[in-house]
Amino acid sequence: MIDLRMIIYAAVSVCWLVAPLFLGNYHTDVLNNIAIYALLGLSLNIILGYGGMFHMGHAAFFAIGAYATAIINTSYGIPVLWLLPLSGILAGVFALVVARPIIHLRGDYLLIVTIGMVEIVRIALVNNVFGLTGGANGIFGIASPTIFGHQINGIVNPKHYFYLLTAFLAFTITVFYLLEHSRFGRALKFLSSDSVAAEGSGIDTSGYKLAAFVIGAFWAGMVGNLYAGKITFISPESFSFWESVVMFMIVILGGAGSIPGVLLGAFLIIGLPEYFHGLQQYRLLIFGFALVAMMIFRPQGILPPKQHTYATDNASEKKVSS
Amino acid sequence: MSLNLEPYTSKSLMEQFFTQLTNGLAVGGIYALIALGYTMVYGVLKLINFAHGDLFTIGAYLGLTLLASFHLADHLGVATALFVLALMVMGLVGIIGILLDRVAYKPLRTSPRLSAVVSALGASIIFSNTIMLVFGPSPKVYPQGLLPTQVLYIFGLPIPIMRLLILLASIVMMIGLYVFIQKTKTGTAIRAAAIDQDAARLMGINVDRVIMLVFFIGPALGGVAGLMVGLHYGQINFTMGWIYGLKAFTAAILGGIGNIPGAMVGGLLLGVIESMGAAYISNAWKDAIAFFVLIVILIVRPTGLLGERVAEKI
Repeated sequence: MIDLRMIIYAAVSVCWLVAPLFLGNYHTDVLNNIAIYALLGLSLNIILGYGGMFHMGHAAFFAIGAYATAIINTSYGIPVLWLLPLSGILAGVFALVVARPIIHLRGDYLLIVTIGMVEIVRIALVNNVFGLTGGANGIFGIASPTIFGHQINGIVNPKHYFYLLTAFLAFTITVFYLLEHSRFGRALKFLSSDSVAAEGSGIDTSGYKLAAFVIGAFWAGMVGNLYAGKITFISPESFSFWESVVMFMIVILGGAGSIPGVLLGAFLIIGLPEYFHGLQQYRLLIFGFALVAMMIFRPQGILPPKQHTYATDNASEKKVSS
Repeated sequence: MSLNLEPYTSKSLMEQFFTQLTNGLAVGGIYALIALGYTMVYGVLKLINFAHGDLFTIGAYLGLTLLASFHLADHLGVATALFVLALMVMGLVGIIGILLDRVAYKPLRTSPRLSAVVSALGASIIFSNTIMLVFGPSPKVYPQGLLPTQVLYIFGLPIPIMRLLILLASIVMMIGLYVFIQKTKTGTAIRAAAIDQDAARLMGINVDRVIMLVFFIGPALGGVAGLMVGLHYGQINFTMGWIYGLKAFTAAILGGIGNIPGAMVGGLLLGVIESMGAAYISNAWKDAIAFFVLIVILIVRPTGLLGERVAEKI
């Protein structure tokens, strides 16, 4: 029997792929933004969804990836896409250094500290730290990515960029799906639901938490690279605390720990307001009410992760009990 | 000549230091008032009320609205008017605090603690955006000249009277709260509920009433702190709550969260640290100083300066 879920996912994927053919540049750009935030949501999902760590400073890692790309590209002319792994690595190293001392903090404390971290990063960018970040004005003139000599300009031709982002999104979903169903993913889910029991079962909880942080940051750094290549100019405004809140809402409202949930969350929070322009100014107000209502009535999110079932060996179980 | 210059320079350095100190203490008093709200709610419910900073903003906006619409200063004279205004703001923001608890936190008492944190974040977004929609996104200006702008000189050191009043008002309120918590029967009930809610219930304490009271007193103090910021700095905006809130939260952690004298000490200390840091290290990094303090204290001594070291309940 074919799973109904699979049919829906396939239909949605096909709609997503052909959508730019029917949409203008403006609405394709909206889809690009959805893709960027879906990627950010997925990377945050590793930390917040699987790891259960309340991390509200994800914009900091995003910013580091974007600024690394912008600085290296504008001063040395190295093509943007070549910098993709480096942007991720720099963000990952930063996460390693920052998260190491705070990883043991309890949920709500971690939340506050990560807010502090993202604010310090923003202030550092505004203050033009090391004379590299261009201060409050940011950095202009970042090159567009090129593939086989073909330039993909995110502003002039968002449709091309759409397929670049979609390819990366598909790659990300595959990697994260495999991650979720690996030993690593299971360990993370276990320690987030009961860290004492996980520790008792021999799981190195702080090691796994740190690994989740670094992977999430690595991915956010790479998304920062694609973002910088898309809009070609970046400023500290794009990486404020509110960006972190938006990513956080995407994961929590969509369904923490669920890849389809996060994708839906990105669509609802980034995409939907574009189609209801009259409600634009009430956008955040509505999200605020949604957060409160969601916690009261459906704390697991709109599309929560499917409960994983493990095949048990009934025969051997009977032998033991008899 | 150079010999004559030296005492003058040192005096002016001293003056500069003293100016920063009074500035830090005035801001610190405001942080302390807000921090009390965080620490009281945390003490009883073990919940960080993320919307507390926005209650502070509501206090500032309510103060401005009441001041302007009733022409209080014309009818009552400035001193009485400000006193009445402070009481009105405290009462109204306290009621909003109780409503906040009823709507956003009470249904989540038995849920995982982090659900309440997300709900608090939602409430914070609701508050700040409601203020923006009602009052507009641009900053609002408080009427000037309500507080004296003169400067008092003690041993040649300048003390702006406004800062002195702000500091005195916050200290009076803090002492009042401390006496209330320590000496009255209701205060004892609050302390009992903070230590062990179930045991407190068994002793016949109405814990729901205690929580309601805590959600009145905390926001009331936060609201009046908002009024003070409006009077002191003259300008308010709808996003100021979150930065003041975060700093006040840092102050609460610095003093030891859940600890009422700790919030007072932490607030004053943070105000002074920030003011000194801005003056002697870098003004551009002023807002980052509090966050550095927060991170360092959480890594080095998570229980805060006055917090007791207790084994983490698992």
